[in-house]
Amino acid sequence: MAAGILRLTRAEAGGAVVATGLTALIGGTLAAVAWAAQGLTGLGPWDWRAVWFTLWQAALSAMLSAGLAVPVARALARRRFPGRGALVTLLGAPFILPVIVAIMGLVSVFGRNGAVNDGLRALGLPEITIYGWQGVILAHVFFNLPLSVRLILQGWQAIPSERFRLAESLGFGPGDVARHLERPMLRAVLPGVWLAVFLVCLTSFTVALALGGGPRATTVELAIYQAFRFDFDLGRAASLGLIQIALCVGAMGVARWIAVPAAFGAGLDADHMPAAPGGWHRISDALVITTAAGFLVWPMAAVITRGLPRIPALPPEVWEAAARSVVMALISALLALSLSLTLALSLARGRMRWIETAGMLPLIASPLVLGTGLFILARTWFPPQALALPVTVAINAVMALPFGLRALIPAARTLQGDYGRLADSLDLRGLARLRLLTLPRLARPLGFAGGLAAALAMGDLGVITLFGGDRPTLPLQLYQLMNSYRMADASACAVLLMAISFGLFWIFDRGGRLA
Amino acid sequence: MLDFDGIRVTRGSFTLSADLSIPTGARVAVIGASGSGKSTLLSLVGGFLPPDRGRILLDGQDITGLPPGQRPVSTLFQDQNLFPHLTVAQNVGLGLRPDLRLSNPQHARVTQVLAEVGLEGMETRKPANLSGGQQSRVALARVLLRARPVLLLDEPFAALGPALKAEMLALLGRIADQTDATVLMVTHDPDDARSFAPQTILVDGGVVHAPAPTGPLLDNPPPGLRAYLG
Repeated sequence: MAAGILRLTRAEAGGAVVATGLTALIGGTLAAVAWAAQGLTGLGPWDWRAVWFTLWQAALSAMLSAGLAVPVARALARRRFPGRGALVTLLGAPFILPVIVAIMGLVSVFGRNGAVNDGLRALGLPEITIYGWQGVILAHVFFNLPLSVRLILQGWQAIPSERFRLAESLGFGPGDVARHLERPMLRAVLPGVWLAVFLVCLTSFTVALALGGGPRATTVELAIYQAFRFDFDLGRAASLGLIQIALCVGAMGVARWIAVPAAFGAGLDADHMPAAPGGWHRISDALVITTAAGFLVWPMAAVITRGLPRIPALPPEVWEAAARSVVMALISALLALSLSLTLALSLARGRMRWIETAGMLPLIASPLVLGTGLFILARTWFPPQALALPVTVAINAVMALPFGLRALIPAARTLQGDYGRLADSLDLRGLARLRLLTLPRLARPLGFAGGLAAALAMGDLGVITLFGGDRPTLPLQLYQLMNSYRMADASACAVLLMAISFGLFWIFDRGGRLA
Repeated sequence: MLDFDGIRVTRGSFTLSADLSIPTGARVAVIGASGSGKSTLLSLVGGFLPPDRGRILLDGQDITGLPPGQRPVSTLFQDQNLFPHLTVAQNVGLGLRPDLRLSNPQHARVTQVLAEVGLEGMETRKPANLSGGQQSRVALARVLLRARPVLLLDEPFAALGPALKAEMLALLGRIADQTDATVLMVTHDPDDARSFAPQTILVDGGVVHAPAPTGPLLDNPPPGLRAYLG
């Protein structure tokens, strides 16, 4: 009877195909990894130390980031000053800042020849080193402090202004406000913030690669890389991959009980502001904001001042790598956009919930695990060198899916709710529907998601290191320059990489807004 | 002739059954309390809701399995009848070709129907720059252009003031006459039913009743309708 209506529409079929393919890809690579691992017997004490380090550095990084973010968020919530909006926007920047660029910045401030050690030497104090576990944690805090501040600031702004007004009318002091309003909010928000940072640090690879290593600062991801690249011990790499998956799944399991907030988001322009106590609170807030801003801006400023003038002198292979990376990032972004749009549109039609789960699968598989798995699967037919770039593009696209879906699913649902029936009743289908309805109405989230995907792919230094080689991406080129201590070129390369990453995001996002 | 042949729909605890015929070219008001199933009835005809049992026939042809866009039906929804990012001409042109690749004669047709509903020269405007009445006219122009045998209206003018609503109903009447369409109009307002629809369908107690003459039905309503009209 109603078979014509119940049959899958093209959009739904598309979503089912993509979700199935994604599940097969991730499931297949994980199965390949599990098969190659042949149990966990191949793991030695060194590997278990990597597991331990991964866990405690992630826990400590999360604790420091979330803890230090509280006073910064409070100061930003209750003070208004010129440049506050810009600072809050800047706090979102580390999300798309290439990790290797930030490391370059941290090295130029905290490294052996950095300003901090210059100062310590001048004072006759012992030097600090950025290499080792302390560097790993410093870099993690650099990335995740801004993220945490934004999330906690959202918490502050979610407290209705009427509450603060009531508190004022009852003559609450700062202590009373903290007890009755702020601490309950923090109790609700902080576990999620902590977990969000913990999850990010759990799969940390680039930071550990550049600043860690050795028996006391090797993460599981880095250990996979070492087993793969130095020992070419696929079994051990695969066993470590299994452990990495177990860690992610475990953490995601915890996340079921704790609401993890989205790692990005807009809407921080709420106008109300909690009561701002004067006196020494004022000074301490100013100090907190200045310190946090300095911690973020100084390393980047150091790289830019050193690297910008050197850009014209960059050797041609850097420009080649840049062009290669841009093309790869664009392919990755388009791939991620088409996949996540297909999934989001099917989901918006609302009958196949499992599609969403499939779209979030990349969260449990880290890039290096996927890379190892794809290598194991494809090595029979292709030489590793031929795999490097396509695998990198594919994995970056897959890793961007969860972010794309988070941006597109709500928008696609709204679109379907508002105009789905009208479009159906006018027989607006297929490409015409895409061109006349879907793309124009979803331009903004598409631009934003595409920008994120392009910037993340542009700055990624992950899977490509497994294959290394003669056709480096720009981040890999930068890493190689750093390793050969060509710091001036490395700085210029870092500025270039940062500019392209932010530029790609800006172009996509802007394009979406103007469309 | 629009036939409902043994239609049954169950959604949770709500059931609707319909067994009736509506003659071609009839103008029928659909009236009933909120949640009685008026919109469900329209969704069935529009193809947005598959029945659990039964068939819907238009002039003897089974249309139950057709997707919404391929039914011989035009629908005016309560709101969101226009795409806000498309121009007036594009919104109307969708009625001719959903992919908007219109020939010159088709463009001329669009201009012509826009003139017929009193929107000369507004082709390039966006819906946001039109008044509520003008937006309704755009939607009506598309109905006129599509000229489908069945026209469904789900209180499309409810947001307009009384004078404007009367004007729209008059325009709608002319369009229905021109296209010889069978009109089903959901309404909350007995006056609309009296002025526009000689026949009225009462939806009450999970049953869609056969059309009855509007005046006598409203003058002497059965208990369910009496409670609703107050």
